[in-house]
Amino acid sequence: MSSSQTLLSVEGLSKSYGGVHAVRGVSFALRSGEILALIGPNGAGKSTCFDMLNGQSVPDSGRVNLLGKDTAGMRPRQIWRLGVGRTFQVTATFPTMTVRENVQVALLSYERKLFNLLASTARYGRREADRLLELVGMGGFAERACGELAYGDLKRLELAIALANRPRLLLMDEPTAGMAPRERVELMQLTARIARDHLIGVLFTEHDMDVVFEHADRILVLNRGTLIAEGRPEEVRRNPQVRAIYLGEGLVYDVRHREGFPP
Amino acid sequence: MAFYIVQFLTGFASAASLFLAASGLSIIFGVTRIVNFAHGAFYMLGAYLAFTLTERFSGATGFWGGIIAAALIAAAIGVLVEMVLLRRIYHVPELFQLLATFGLTLMVEDLVVLIWGPSDLLGRRAPGFKGAVDFFGQNIPSYELFLIVLGPVVLLLLWLLFQRTRWGVLVRAATQDRDMVAALGVNQKWLFTSVFALGVFLAGLGGALQIPRDAVNHAMDLRVIVEIFVVVVIGGLGSIVGAFVAAVLVSELNAFGILIFPKISIILVFLVMAVVLIVRPWGLFGKQEARARRTPGLAVEVWRPLTSGERIAAVVAIILSAALPLVAGDYALNVGAEIAIFVIFAASLHFLMSAGGLASFGHAAYFGLGAYGVAFLAKLVGLPMIVSLLLGPLLGLLGAALFGFFAVQLSGVYFAMLTLAFAQIVWSIAFQWVALTGGDNGILGVWPERWAASPARFYWLSLFIAVLAVAALRIAVFSPFGFALRAVRDSPLRAEAIGIDGKAVQWTAFVIAGTFAAIAGALFAYLKGSVFPDNLGISLSVDALVMVLLGGVETVSGAIVGAIVYKALSIWLVSQTDLSKLVLGLFIVLIVVVFPKGIVGTMETIWRRRRVASTKPAVLAKGIETAE
Repeated sequence: MSSSQTLLSVEGLSKSYGGVHAVRGVSFALRSGEILALIGPNGAGKSTCFDMLNGQSVPDSGRVNLLGKDTAGMRPRQIWRLGVGRTFQVTATFPTMTVRENVQVALLSYERKLFNLLASTARYGRREADRLLELVGMGGFAERACGELAYGDLKRLELAIALANRPRLLLMDEPTAGMAPRERVELMQLTARIARDHLIGVLFTEHDMDVVFEHADRILVLNRGTLIAEGRPEEVRRNPQVRAIYLGEGLVYDVRHREGFPP
Repeated sequence: MAFYIVQFLTGFASAASLFLAASGLSIIFGVTRIVNFAHGAFYMLGAYLAFTLTERFSGATGFWGGIIAAALIAAAIGVLVEMVLLRRIYHVPELFQLLATFGLTLMVEDLVVLIWGPSDLLGRRAPGFKGAVDFFGQNIPSYELFLIVLGPVVLLLLWLLFQRTRWGVLVRAATQDRDMVAALGVNQKWLFTSVFALGVFLAGLGGALQIPRDAVNHAMDLRVIVEIFVVVVIGGLGSIVGAFVAAVLVSELNAFGILIFPKISIILVFLVMAVVLIVRPWGLFGKQEARARRTPGLAVEVWRPLTSGERIAAVVAIILSAALPLVAGDYALNVGAEIAIFVIFAASLHFLMSAGGLASFGHAAYFGLGAYGVAFLAKLVGLPMIVSLLLGPLLGLLGAALFGFFAVQLSGVYFAMLTLAFAQIVWSIAFQWVALTGGDNGILGVWPERWAASPARFYWLSLFIAVLAVAALRIAVFSPFGFALRAVRDSPLRAEAIGIDGKAVQWTAFVIAGTFAAIAGALFAYLKGSVFPDNLGISLSVDALVMVLLGGVETVSGAIVGAIVYKALSIWLVSQTDLSKLVLGLFIVLIVVVFPKGIVGTMETIWRRRRVASTKPAVLAKGIETAE
């Protein structure tokens, strides 16, 4: 079955800053259609890992194989061309354009038409943009100024932008940060549905353990730069090392449910 | 050999004043995040004040006391300026701060001429340092030796001040995170004021110490500020050590550049600057700034193409303009043609600033290159007018391609300083390379051919090209390229993440803007029948900036209105008063403080507010975005 194709494989990824090993020998793989969460306490190396995957920084050693290409040292825009969509922890969109125009720019870039000086942008890729906006539930917002959107809607717009290059892989850095609880669930359900329908692999970092255990197929746990656990949510939840790190933090989720914590 | 050592020492001595001024600029920038364009003006004030004081009081105490007092008076004036003007604009975008302090510079230039007169003044020589020291048959003035020692001494004193005093610790803390310092209960207002006072004191001292070496004149401020900008770009903004090293480097390059390229010594400085920027974009000792404050143009309003009603209005306006020769005389038509040319010039800069978010402080370079391009082709090669008009702007295109490549590597104030420095380099070449450009005498006799010679015909030609140029730039704004450019301006992070090569897009925009400016310059050469170095001077660059601001940076085509109003106003002003710089400077400061959205921007806001009020009470009409 084509769904079991490996999209991303990482081997022995390492990076240090001034003698501090931010990430040490991290290896994992991601298959198409799979939703993989990368978690860990503050300073565990999640962001460093993410930056190396999306081209923001260059690994000291190790290999990143993305869709059959070694991407270590590539610029973010080159990695994007390979079929990788991204969303950011703090949304990055174009506030002086309409919602639709935000998606149109991404579509234009995908078709390499951005150096056209004479055409009018207004009609270009309009239907495809509207289709993507419809897909993320933003169909009614196409004409609105992006700068006026509420934060949750910006997150959904980012997802639509990230889908414009028909990605095989989505990299989402804390996709639900700064959102209300209900919005979080909606966004992650939406992401999961899109991923499964289109066989897109998703790698996301997240602080909210409810979101992680609810939506991830598999979880990677980082601590002090090394991978200490990997597996399905229930396996990771039972892992004593993970519990030790998260005691009093994320796994309160688990404790609360079992021992009837006061609400 | 001895000659080279003396040349080296001379360079070192020149570095002292430059270092004082540049470190002052760096210190002020570090804390207040204002690039003080008026720094050159304070340097000049220091020199003039020192001239007067040292003439008035005799003897060694008179001289040295006069030097110090001059710097102190300059600092006091600086404090006044900080309290009255700068405190009002700490929160506005950096472009406006640069412009406001440039407005100050213009005012000071006229005031200085008013007080001290227009001619050069020769200062006294320093008591105790009048002689020269013999060095293997070469003479070194002993004052030079004094300056050579002074530079490192001041560097050491500044280091002690920042490392060993409580005030210095606060300044260093504020340089890193001024919000945190404010949150810790430090009185920010007075910290800013005192830092500004110190910075201006250093500039004033730098100027005052120059009087035994150089004549004092009312144009030295611009020359100095450009050198300061070059120094801080090379050394790294905010670094005092960087300022010292770069000041020495630039001064040595000047000292030896004269030996290598006697005519165009400034080339050497440019080459070094280019290399530094490629290897270390934030200067030798600089650190990458956190993302700069947003440039204006980031309000939430979405740009839309003209409605059909607005299109009809534009056509009517063009027809009415074309009918001007029916009613106006030759003089008015000449003014009309000049305004049309400046509409092209302003629109080209506006394209770069509004859609690109790149405020060039040296846009006149490309205007002037277009003008010189035409002059070369018409006078030296003898090509017909139509061919010269078509090919002349290519010189501007080439210049923009060369300088733009380096300029777009940087952003914000660095971009502004770099474009200004480039423009000044082009100006120096035009000024110094007399064999080719005629230097200060310019190139004369670039007259239009018969078919375009009459004022009415030349007016029509200018108007026709202006309409074409503005239309082309508008089409570009709404083309896919325009969207890519705005995408890079709005969010470089997101633009990169959707595959846009931001630098390539900005470079292309820079070349487009430069080429349109060159077209304006080409027409201008034929309008005036001559080309001078002033056609690429700083004041012309700033004229363009003011036109854009006056029209409104956040608009799509505000620069057209800005150019018409400003050009008409300034032509009228020059005929009315000798103090046009003073009035203009005041005008710029007023725009920045009370009228930052410009004419078209303000009209749009009012119109929108009324429309919104009639439907629903909303908060659409926002002021200029102030990040931080």
